[in-house]
Amino acid sequence: MTRKKSLSVIGKPLRKVDAMAKCAGETVYADDLNLPRMIYAKLLRSPHPHARVLGVNAARALTLDGVYAVITGEDLPQKFGIMPSTEDEEALAVDKVRYAGDPVAAVAAISESLAEKALGTIDVEYEVLKPILSIEEALASTEESQRIHTWNRRANVQKAVSLEFGDIEGGFARSDHIFEGTFFYQGNTHLPMEQYCAVGSYGPDDKLTLWSSTQTPHYLHRALAKVLKLPASRIRVIATPVGGGFGGKSDPFSHEICAAKLSMITRRPVKFTLSREECFYVHRGRHPVKMWAKTGVKSDGTIQAMQYKTFLDGGGYSSYGLASVYYTGALQTVTYKVPAYKFEGVRVFTNKPPCGPKRGHGTPQPRFAEEIQMDEIAEKLGIDPLDLRLKQLVEANSVTINGLQISSCGLRECIEKVAERAEWKKKFRKLPFGHGIGFAASAYITGAGLPIYRNDMPHSGVQIKLDRSGGVTVFCGSTDIGQGSDSILVYAIAEEFGIDPADIRVVTADTDLTPVDLGSYSSRVTIMTGNATIQACGKLKLMLLEAASEALEVPADDLEFADGQVRSASLPTRGISFAECVVKAEGKHGTLGATGSYWPPKNPREFKGSGVGPTPAYTFSTSIVELHCDSETGEIKIDKVWIAHDCGRAFNPLLVEGQTEGSVYMALGEALMEEQIFRKNGLHKIPSILEYKSPTTLETPEIETILVETIDPEGPYGAKEAGQGPLLPVVPAVSNAVYDAIGVRIHEVPITPDKILRALEGRLKAVSIPKFDFPAPLKWQPGQGVQVEQKS
Amino acid sequence: MKRLLRLRVNGETKEVAFETSKTLLEVLREDLGLNGTKHGCELGECGTCTVLVNGEPVLSCLMLGVEAENAEIVTVEGMSQNGKPHPLQKAFADLGAAQCGYCIPGILLTAKALLDENPHPTREEIRQALSGNLCRCTGYTKILQAVELAAKEIA
Amino acid sequence: MLRLPEFNYVRPRSLREATKALAELGPDAMAVAGGTDVYPKMKRGQFTPRHLVSLRGLRELKGIRQTKDGLWIGAGESLTAVSRHRVIAKRLPALTHAAESVSTPQLRNMGTIGGNVLVDTRCNYYDQTFFWRQAVGFCMKKDGQICLVAPGSEKCLAIASSDTAPVLVSLGAVAVLVSKQGERRVKLEELYRDDGINYSAKAQDEVLKGLLIPKEALTLSNVYLKLRRRGSFDFPILGVAATMELDKQGECRRAGVVLTAVASAPKVVPEAMTSLQGKKITKELIETVADAAAKISHPLDNADLDYWYRKRMVKVYVRRALARLTGLEPAGG
Repeated sequence: MTRKKSLSVIGKPLRKVDAMAKCAGETVYADDLNLPRMIYAKLLRSPHPHARVLGVNAARALTLDGVYAVITGEDLPQKFGIMPSTEDEEALAVDKVRYAGDPVAAVAAISESLAEKALGTIDVEYEVLKPILSIEEALASTEESQRIHTWNRRANVQKAVSLEFGDIEGGFARSDHIFEGTFFYQGNTHLPMEQYCAVGSYGPDDKLTLWSSTQTPHYLHRALAKVLKLPASRIRVIATPVGGGFGGKSDPFSHEICAAKLSMITRRPVKFTLSREECFYVHRGRHPVKMWAKTGVKSDGTIQAMQYKTFLDGGGYSSYGLASVYYTGALQTVTYKVPAYKFEGVRVFTNKPPCGPKRGHGTPQPRFAEEIQMDEIAEKLGIDPLDLRLKQLVEANSVTINGLQISSCGLRECIEKVAERAEWKKKFRKLPFGHGIGFAASAYITGAGLPIYRNDMPHSGVQIKLDRSGGVTVFCGSTDIGQGSDSILVYAIAEEFGIDPADIRVVTADTDLTPVDLGSYSSRVTIMTGNATIQACGKLKLMLLEAASEALEVPADDLEFADGQVRSASLPTRGISFAECVVKAEGKHGTLGATGSYWPPKNPREFKGSGVGPTPAYTFSTSIVELHCDSETGEIKIDKVWIAHDCGRAFNPLLVEGQTEGSVYMALGEALMEEQIFRKNGLHKIPSILEYKSPTTLETPEIETILVETIDPEGPYGAKEAGQGPLLPVVPAVSNAVYDAIGVRIHEVPITPDKILRALEGRLKAVSIPKFDFPAPLKWQPGQGVQVEQKS
Repeated sequence: MKRLLRLRVNGETKEVAFETSKTLLEVLREDLGLNGTKHGCELGECGTCTVLVNGEPVLSCLMLGVEAENAEIVTVEGMSQNGKPHPLQKAFADLGAAQCGYCIPGILLTAKALLDENPHPTREEIRQALSGNLCRCTGYTKILQAVELAAKEIA
Repeated sequence: MLRLPEFNYVRPRSLREATKALAELGPDAMAVAGGTDVYPKMKRGQFTPRHLVSLRGLRELKGIRQTKDGLWIGAGESLTAVSRHRVIAKRLPALTHAAESVSTPQLRNMGTIGGNVLVDTRCNYYDQTFFWRQAVGFCMKKDGQICLVAPGSEKCLAIASSDTAPVLVSLGAVAVLVSKQGERRVKLEELYRDDGINYSAKAQDEVLKGLLIPKEALTLSNVYLKLRRRGSFDFPILGVAATMELDKQGECRRAGVVLTAVASAPKVVPEAMTSLQGKKITKELIETVADAAAKISHPLDNADLDYWYRKRMVKVYVRRALARLTGLEPAGG
């Protein structure tokens, strides 16, 4: 079999397979589902951030005509949570509520309005407890009586970690300059335009179907089985096209479990559509993180040692927190050579909606600190910030001090190209007062190296069926959240078989019909489903080639799949159509189908915490932000953003650009205006789209995207991720540009006009860092094993 | 109390009975089966539910169904003509302007109203016209480009 | 989906029928025009009328025309119509700008100038859902007893949030109100009260028919500057309307500054007139007015951005507005 030299589908700016349906308004999102006899459900939420639930009386609700069922914590006592070791959530509070908005009961009724009305008749008796609303309060609340949860070892500490790599003391000792700084990255939320929605239907065959706007149908499938105590084989989860996720639809949620449970009770389809306000309570967004960063450098700027402490405000439950805390320390080493590195991180519980994974999961916060500190180092040493980085970039095929294996690396090219396009040398420190330009770089993972629950099975499975008509159907558990994962499957198949993408049908995200894919998170989908697809195609191609070779009397190694044909590469007129080839192959081999699987490379390190950070391939991004700042009002206007991203291979440049531009947009929102903030009583201060500020067309600048292709050996056709990495450099680049414009350093986001004015007047206080006794560090060096056991 | 009303939607007259308190958004989605119109807040704060009423973009979540009587209503389902997609729909698909797609019906209709009135808008005019439609996926870049492409196509 | 509660919808065919309906239905009735303020507030339980009397389509409320007394703007004209009107754009760019800065294009197609002038005062303890307000403990503006912004306050401190009101007040506009009893004319400035609950002197059974901008205002130079986070959607967290007439020698004949979003009513800054009239405008004089404006502004922690910052911006925005009218310095804003 010959490998084609040029690609005919991959790399082309094709339409997404679902593009026309989306533009015609025909895509069926979860809330567009209307099933016969469907009824509607609502959640009763706690008005208190922290309280014991002494009793729930729903007797009055049940007397209302048209109310079919009310459930409370007693009905669903099984705890669950996305991470198997920290399952601390309940679908409905059993004995305690842990944030204002925590669900305590659910009602199903003939209409949404009646369900809403019925909520008002449910009496809940609470014993109100003092809420814990900040990292400092959580760390100070060490008494047993002050605990938010009881399962964790240290009161209100969900997880504390400490890792040390290389000779950290020696590194600092060898440094000519030490830079220390404190930083705060405020929390923010995903705000997808589609509100959460799920429809549960328990059928007469005692099987449950749940449609949901979820990014992770497989994990939801497992959670439903566990909480509902049903065999997983009786549950079917279908992820509907997701109207925006960004990480916010990756946990199993109360409304999903309750939709299923209420349907089991009423034997009718039950729909939940959450209100916008409720979406702010469900949250799972960016963690507020306080950070302390220290970097030691030689006089020429080369890094000798780097140390971080991070403090994460986790909210009321664990969610992905175990991974989140490690991610605030994992990737600092993946851009510049860091010979010694120490990281301590702690995630605390507070009485606020739980934080979780948002685009970049745990890494934008430390990247913000790191890139500002690099800018400060450059400033102090009188080196151009780009030159400071260029002299010590990580290299392809190297291992970082914390054991991360880097394959391809286009960071240098990203820096050079973005600098050239933005005319960095002409502008940096040369623009008039009020105008500024800033730079930052970053790295991100292309899929987590480990699944969320320990198992040896593939992370992604694909099944392909060939039809006698020449049509191809692909089945895969992956979930299209707008990024184009359905299209990825089609492009790969079209490329492999040389056929028109229009001849391929996609069946995805249905646990009954499709092989497992772990879900749309951690930028894993293209690399994992792409490789699994190529593998499945490879199996089918062997059968097709055998049949074609016989029919055409051409040796198999001279055959190629191209232009809808299987033909001789040396004599292209000699060929048969793909459809004919399928017919012949089916005659020879029987029904044609094949599966493909993908496992990420095995992680060669084994120390506690080494599971977070490894990936099949790292992507690299650089950004330059040009802005102007009104020094009298503190208002910032972004003039332009340049972004260069090493995506391995642009599978479809339109989609890669789209992901990149979207990342820049979301980054600017975080940098300038978005914040999930609370009143002193623990209520969300602004749970509405009007007051939670999301940039419009008028705040979003021109974005110039530069795609750098490094053709990664592990990626399908060399592709890496694009959905998250490009967010990372933009936020610190904004802060660095503000410094260039008006000479003040802002170590916090969002960078609001009042902070600018305070900073200009020297009144912006440095971020305070809590005191905390971290566990003794686990020390590790490349090639070594575990030395110290972790204590929490 | 339900009222029986005649609504003109996408060039068709529909007789439909619904509660007076229902918004046009609810009537379109729940009584007329036109699910193409989406909703993101129901408070007029996001632009997702935009439809055209007498050619003007309005928020269907803040207009009663009864208030739309005697008006020409156009939803995303009514954008194609004779089975052919509107140039905006084609341009959005071709340029990858629809990611999750949820805000797209509202944006398409707002852009249609713009191009109907101003066939050659500048990028700044497009930004202004679309400033009431939030999109969280695209960073608007491809949306602006798609409107420009469609404008060229129409001209 | 957030839905409206049930209500009785009355569709009068004339202004006369409308005022009659409002009078007969009493305090349980509310007038609704564009619906962009009323419907969200009904969905969140802030407004709980049993009857809605629709002003939509009433001919008497339509029309923008020049009369012998000045410029007449029917209250039922949409904000889009006002912002695109040529005479307004030429003579009263401040009003054009104010109208086109309200919320979003869609909302301006629906919302009326009358609705904007009478828009409910805002507060981020009040502009919340029923669930949220119940959780926090209701405030005096709806269902509660105390002000949550300043628990010691006797009165509600919700914020005047109209963009067009300060401009119209600065132009000396007259509001024409119609009820079953007949028509009355009130200087718009006098229609407002510095009380977040009873912020308007319009009676429940009165309908705002339109606004008359007096002839002499049409020769004033005028400007409106608005502070907000985004170029769209957002209500003003500060608005400054300024007017000025300079004689040939460059001396000030008349000047006015009106602020919005700093109190429960549009706030007139008397020093604009007292300090500037009859004088050649200087930077120092402008500074005096800006200081006076800041002094009477009391932003609180119930709107977007830090109130310290909003207070600070009063001075900057007033200075910029006056500078723009006198050409003393190139101003941003």
